Amino acid sequence: MKRAALIFGLLLTIAAAPAEAAAQSQPSILDNLQRVLSLRDYNTRVVIAGVSLLGLAAGGIGTFLLLRKRSLTADALSHATLPGIALAFIITTALGGDGRALVWLLLGAFGTGVAAVGVIILIRHTTRIKEDAALGIVLSVFFGAGAALIKLAEQMPQGSAAGLDRFILGRAASMIAADVQAIAVVTVIVLAVCTAFFKEFRLLCFDQSFAGAQGWPVLLLDALLMGMVVAVTVIGLQSVGLVLVVAMLITPAAAARLWTDRLSIMFPLAAAMGALGGAAGAVVSAAAERMPTGPIIVLVCSALFAASLVFGSKRGLLVRAVRHMHLRRRVAEQHLLRALWEMSENAGRVEVRSTFARLKSQRSWSALALRREISRLRRRGWVRLDAQGDISLTNQGRIEAQRVVRNHRLWEMYLITHADIAPTHVDRDADQIEHVLPPDLIERLEGLVEASDARAAMPASPHELPALATGDRP
Amino acid sequence: MSAASIVDASAGSPVSVIGPEHSPTAPVSIHDMTVAYHRKPVLWDVDLDVPQGRLVGIIGPNGAGKSTLIKAALDLVPRVSGEVLIYGKPFRRQRRLVAYVPQRESVDWDFPICAVEVVMMGRYGMMGWCRPVTRAHRRAALQALDRVGMADFADRQISNLSGGQQQRIFLARALAQEARIYFMDEPFASVDAATERAIIAVLTDLKNSGKTVLVVHHDLQTVSQYFDHLIMLNMRVVAHGPTAEVFTPENLARTYGGRLTLLSEAAEALARGGRAV
Repeated sequence: MKRAALIFGLLLTIAAAPAEAAAQSQPSILDNLQRVLSLRDYNTRVVIAGVSLLGLAAGGIGTFLLLRKRSLTADALSHATLPGIALAFIITTALGGDGRALVWLLLGAFGTGVAAVGVIILIRHTTRIKEDAALGIVLSVFFGAGAALIKLAEQMPQGSAAGLDRFILGRAASMIAADVQAIAVVTVIVLAVCTAFFKEFRLLCFDQSFAGAQGWPVLLLDALLMGMVVAVTVIGLQSVGLVLVVAMLITPAAAARLWTDRLSIMFPLAAAMGALGGAAGAVVSAAAERMPTGPIIVLVCSALFAASLVFGSKRGLLVRAVRHMHLRRRVAEQHLLRALWEMSENAGRVEVRSTFARLKSQRSWSALALRREISRLRRRGWVRLDAQGDISLTNQGRIEAQRVVRNHRLWEMYLITHADIAPTHVDRDADQIEHVLPPDLIERLEGLVEASDARAAMPASPHELPALATGDRP
Repeated sequence: MSAASIVDASAGSPVSVIGPEHSPTAPVSIHDMTVAYHRKPVLWDVDLDVPQGRLVGIIGPNGAGKSTLIKAALDLVPRVSGEVLIYGKPFRRQRRLVAYVPQRESVDWDFPICAVEVVMMGRYGMMGWCRPVTRAHRRAALQALDRVGMADFADRQISNLSGGQQQRIFLARALAQEARIYFMDEPFASVDAATERAIIAVLTDLKNSGKTVLVVHHDLQTVSQYFDHLIMLNMRVVAHGPTAEVFTPENLARTYGGRLTLLSEAAEALARGGRAV
């Protein structure tokens, strides 16, 4: 947890540092921010609208991508768009057209992206090459070919290939209104398809063999899903670039998963987080001049993820730490109750007072921890201290202690009779489980443990209690 | 040489135990089926009819092709040869009559979904493309959950269920399919005793109402108690028939007593490139 907080802090620092640097030059960062947020600049409006829509689509489709466990496939196919861009440029230029026309470049990217998915599927179905190796091969071969083709394109006498490399890391500033319209169209289609086929995609991602047995065309659904991933990748090339676009797909979905256990919530939440990450990233990079938009967007999305990792309501580290603390507290509490109960049992009397030293010798607990436990149980009214500082159970405490000890012994007896564990060893094993036994399991334990006294109010301990436990003051 | 041709050559060999008398009304009728993974045959020449209204156990050692038999029958893995008929027609046209319980380990139980939503998947086949889940389907799913004693867990996220409870969810999903034939892949694998009793009670119920249930099973001790019909597999059908007749020491020895040297060697050779045979 500490580590995650550290990472989160680090990310914030990284994101904030350039902003501070820019603040020293004129105009100030605040002026800039105000200017950006007021959406006065036409260009800023275009970029913010574009990357927000991109985030919306990427977060949405990314949900299914993540759950289908195809994140690395997305990475491979995004790299595989590079040769398509280069090829589209070379072909259109050779045919006498404008090689830099975005439509053809993106269509080329889409083409090789789809081809990469096809090759991956082909490898998976026809060879014994492992999935990760197949992805590595496809990624490097396509990306390598792309890099070589870009060089080739730059050497062409006609047309100017300069700027083709902007698709590698993205250049949001080059976006124009028509690009945003294209992004909007793809976003609407992707979200509509995801909504329409929500049930089918959920089934595909959860249990593909059951889907297949029911007659759903698994391969076709997979193709539809990956086709949309390619489409979102292509519209993200301009702003985020092919190296980082996979982060737009995966990070919002992974962050959303930490907040919910329902797919019907995770899907819109991931889309919203993607849009937020895109918008915030665009604002930051516009306010801090000369900052690349793509990397900033990815950093903002990562910060959202890191925050979710810590604070996420379903599986966030904070929630888990609190839960763990509660359990530890309950365990310590029950240990103290049981120690006091067993003392009175050994003494053969209900009312037993113990000195602090004797109680401490019962278990391997530190004086500090024991003192804290005693005062906590006192506050709950289960334990009282007399004038000499001796400790004893209250009536209420005795009822509670009886329940705890009973669970412990039932579990011990179960371990001895059903799990073949030696009586001398069950104490420690029972210690781990008894604190979390739910009521229905206790009922079943009572049924299972056939020892005559299992249903008695308090079964005898199946092993000897520590000798010191008898020691109490008369 | 292709895998298919080698397999065809072996079809006339004495490997085949059951006579090819097929009934057109049998719930499941498998004709000369051979299955291979990456050219390595894992099931040779399966040829049998499963009778109506029986609880059928499929047993055999690891790697005997028990799961493969089910998956090939459901078109989940390609067959090299042979066909599977459900009530006399190809499986493709009879999907609605068949329910399936895959192995529990085959899915990710961390998936963001709750129990009743998993069970509802059993109804997807009836809903058709893009149709949303209706209240009637939800009610059917809840009833199926109730039948396996999991009604109280309908809204529980599936990773918060025990292994036995997860297995019961899978059974409930198959029940929600309202099929006539049930294929189950190791429904008793690593479940607690209470779940095993609950599952076998449901399966017996199904059988008594005329349904046919095929179960891949591992525990030989419970075979005669649970199943009235048995398919004993070891890369081919060693024995098939009423449990009382085929569950004999001789058949067990033939099923579990070492892999058939010739078959497994031939399979290895095919996997190497089909030159050695």
